Amino acid sequence: MSAIILFLAVIAIIAGWWLSQQRLTAKPWLEEGPVGDFPGSDAMTWPAAKIGLGVFLAVASCLFVLFISAYSMRMNVVDWRALPVPRLLWLNTGVLVLSSVALQWSYVAARRDDAEGVMIGLLAGGASAVIFLAGQLLAWQQLNAAGYFVASNPANSFFYLLTAVHGLHLTGGLVALGRTSAKVWRSSKIADVRLSVELCAIYWHFLLLVWLVLLGLLTGWTDDFVNICRQLLS
Amino acid sequence: MVDIPYDRIADIPPAEVPDVELYHPRSWWTRYVFSQDAKVIAVQYALTASAIGLVALVLSWLMRLQLGFPGTFSFIDANQYLQFITMHGMIMVIYLLTALFLGGFGNYLIPLMVGARDMVFPYVNMLSYWVYLLAVLVLASTFFVPGGPTGAGWTLYPPQAILSGTPGQDWGIILMMSSLILFIIGFTMGGLNYVVTVLQARTRGMTLMRLPLTVWGIFTATVMALLAFPALFVASVMLLLDRLLGTSFFMPSLVEMGTLSKYGGGSPLLFQHLFWFFGHPEVYIVALPAFGIVSDLISTHARKNIFGYRMMVWAIVAIGALSFIVWAHHMYVSGMFPQFGYFFATTTLIIAIPTAIKVYNWVLTLWRGDIHLRVPMLFALGFIITFVNGGLTGLFLGNVVVDVPLSDTMFVVAHFHMVMGVAPIMVVLGAIYHWYPKVTGRMLNDALGKFHFWVTFLGAYLIFFPMHYLGLLGVPRRYFELGDAAFIPPSAHSLNAFISVVALTVGFSQMVFLFNLAWSLFKGEASGGNPWRATTLEWQTPETPPGHGNWGKELPVVYRWAYDYSVPGAEQDFIPQNQPPAATRVVQGAAS
Repeated sequence: MSAIILFLAVIAIIAGWWLSQQRLTAKPWLEEGPVGDFPGSDAMTWPAAKIGLGVFLAVASCLFVLFISAYSMRMNVVDWRALPVPRLLWLNTGVLVLSSVALQWSYVAARRDDAEGVMIGLLAGGASAVIFLAGQLLAWQQLNAAGYFVASNPANSFFYLLTAVHGLHLTGGLVALGRTSAKVWRSSKIADVRLSVELCAIYWHFLLLVWLVLLGLLTGWTDDFVNICRQLLS
Repeated sequence: MVDIPYDRIADIPPAEVPDVELYHPRSWWTRYVFSQDAKVIAVQYALTASAIGLVALVLSWLMRLQLGFPGTFSFIDANQYLQFITMHGMIMVIYLLTALFLGGFGNYLIPLMVGARDMVFPYVNMLSYWVYLLAVLVLASTFFVPGGPTGAGWTLYPPQAILSGTPGQDWGIILMMSSLILFIIGFTMGGLNYVVTVLQARTRGMTLMRLPLTVWGIFTATVMALLAFPALFVASVMLLLDRLLGTSFFMPSLVEMGTLSKYGGGSPLLFQHLFWFFGHPEVYIVALPAFGIVSDLISTHARKNIFGYRMMVWAIVAIGALSFIVWAHHMYVSGMFPQFGYFFATTTLIIAIPTAIKVYNWVLTLWRGDIHLRVPMLFALGFIITFVNGGLTGLFLGNVVVDVPLSDTMFVVAHFHMVMGVAPIMVVLGAIYHWYPKVTGRMLNDALGKFHFWVTFLGAYLIFFPMHYLGLLGVPRRYFELGDAAFIPPSAHSLNAFISVVALTVGFSQMVFLFNLAWSLFKGEASGGNPWRATTLEWQTPETPPGHGNWGKELPVVYRWAYDYSVPGAEQDFIPQNQPPAATRVVQGAAS
C-alpha cells in the first residue's frame, strides 16, 4: 500500500498548499463587510469544467495508483510469472504519443483561432486513439494465442486488467472528443470551443502519462525503482 | 444612537464568476423526474435512500427475531440470517447513509448555502442520481435471484465470499459487486459536482471561512469519498474477476467441497487492505457531514455563535486527513506484523484529539446559550451524547491488546452501531426536522416529533447498552444461534429477547415519523421563509420552497460569517449572512 500512501501524501501537499492560500487563520467573526475588504479567499475564477477535470484526474490517478499498489503486493507471491510483453505494445505506445501530439496541435491551433487546424488535430487525435485501442485488442489476441490466458497467472490477469481499465478511460475520452468535434463542426467561433479542446488535450496527456507508467510496470522496467523505494521504506 | 453610513457597500467588487446559464425544464417529466435541479435531485436521492433503508430496517427486525427467540420462527434459516446481516450492513452504510448525507443533504444544501443557482454540472448531477438508482435496483434484485443475496457479511471477505457454501454464491455476490461498482461511478459524478460547486460557484463575499460548517463537513467528506471509493472499486472489480473468470487476485489455493479449487496463490489480505482503505474513511464520510450539520443545528437552536469556528474547520480537515492512515486497525486479528498494529493504534488514538475538540466546542456552544429544546435540537443533543459513548468504546477497540479478545463479539456491533449507526441517524432525523420547512414550506408536527425523538433515543440506548455487556461476556457476532455454550449464562438469552422487543418497538416508532412526514406535507402549519430565525443563506431565499435558480434575479451578497446569533446591541438575535453592515453599525457607532 506504499504507492497509494505516497500518492495521498502528494494530494495532501497540494491540498495543504491550496488551503494555506485561503486565510484559514482568519477570524470571520471580526470580519464584517463586503468581500473586497478581505482579499485572498474568493471563489476560484477558473471555468468549472477545468476544475472539474482536475478533480476527476485526481480520482482517476487514485484508481490507477490503487491498482498499482495491488499489483506490487500481489507480485511478491511465489506463483507470479511475468509474461513476455508483446512487441506490438511499443507500436501502440508510439500511436498514443502521436494522438497526444495531435491534440496538443489542435489546442495550439485553437489558441491561434485556426479552425481548420483544430479540426485536423481533433480528427487525427481521435483516429490514432482508435488505432491504439485496436492495437491493444490485437495485443490481447496475440497473448491469448500464445497461451497466456487471463486466469492462468496473476501477472496475466493484471496485464489484461490494467490495459482494460486504461482502454476504458480512453474510450470515455473518445466520447468527449466526439462531442467536442461536433461542437467545432457546428460552431463558427473557435473561442466557444477553445476550452473543450484544451480539456481534451489535458485528458489525453494524462492518459499518455498513465500508460507510460503502466508500461514501465508491465515490462518490468520499474522493478528496480520499486525495489529501491521498498528498501527506503523498510 | 448614531447612524454611521457605511459607504463601502457601494463599492462591492464585480462578480468574478459570471452568472450561470440555467437549464430550464420544459415539461413535467424534466421538472420532476429527469430533473437537473439539485433540489429535486436531492429529494429523489433522499426518497430512494430512505426506501432501501426501510428494507434494511425490516432485515434488522428479522435478525432480532431470530436472536431474541431462536427456534421460534421457522421461516428464518441460518443462510437467510447471514444474508440479512450482509444486506442490512451494506445498505445502511453505503446505500442509505452515504447517499443520504452527500446525495440528499449535499445536493439540497450546498448550492443554497454557498449562494449558487444550482450545481455546476446539472446534467452530470442528474446522471449521478439515475446511476445510483440503478445501483439500488441491482442490489434489491438480489432478493429475487436464484440463491438470494450474498451472505458473506458486509465486508465481503474472500475466499469465503465467492466459494460454494456461502449463500448467494451464484448470483448474489456478482450482483452485489456490480451494484457497488455502479454506486461508485454514480457517486463520482455527484461528488465532482459537490466539490467544484463549493470551489467555484460561491457567491460574492462567501469566503471559505464564512461557509457554514455543514458545507465544510459535506465538502471534506466528498473529497475523502472521491479518494476512498476507488479502493472499493478496485477490490470489487478484482473480486468480480476472481468469481467470474477464475483469476486469483485474492483467492489462495484451497480445497472446496472436497476437491482442489482452480484458484491458487492469491492474497485474501490484499482484499482486506483495499476494503479497509475505503472502509475506514467511510466512517468519517458519514460522520463529517453529521458533524457539520449538528454544529449548525446547535448554533441555531441555542441562539449562539458556534464556539471555536476556526478550530472546528481545522478539526474537520485534520480528521479527514488522518482517517486515511488508520485502516489497518480493522485488521488486528488478520495476523499482520505486530509493530504495524501499534502504528495503527497510535494513529487511531490521535484522531480522538480533533474529535474531542469538536465535542468540547459543541458543549461550549451550548454553555449559557438560549437553548430552545425543539425537535432538531433534541436530536442534536442526542447525537452528541451517543457519539461520545460510541467514541469511548472506540478507544477500547483502537488498542490492540483490548481489541483482540473483543474482536468479532457483540461489543464491536454495539460500538459501531452507536458511533456510526445511531449517531448519524440522529443527525439525519434532526436535519430533516430542521430543513423540512424549507423543502416543503410546512412545519413537521411538534408533538409527534418529540414522541419520535424520545422513543428513538431511549430505545437506542436500551438496545445497544446491553449489547456491550453481551460482547464482554464473549457472545460472538454473526452467529445464527448461540447454542449451549458454557460461557453464555441464561441471563444473556433473556437480555437478547429484551433487546429484540425494544428493537421492534423502536423500529415501529419510525412509522410515526413517516406518518408525520406525509401528514405535515398537506396539513402542517405553514412555516414561512425562516421559521428558526437562522442566519445561513438557504433561509433567505425569496421563495419557500426555493424556486428554480434559487435566488430570483440577483444572487445574494455575503457580508458576514454564518453564526451571528445574539450579537450584542443588534435589533434581532440573528443577523442573516446577506445583511449589509450598515444596519448593524448603528449600535457599534454609538458605542465608539
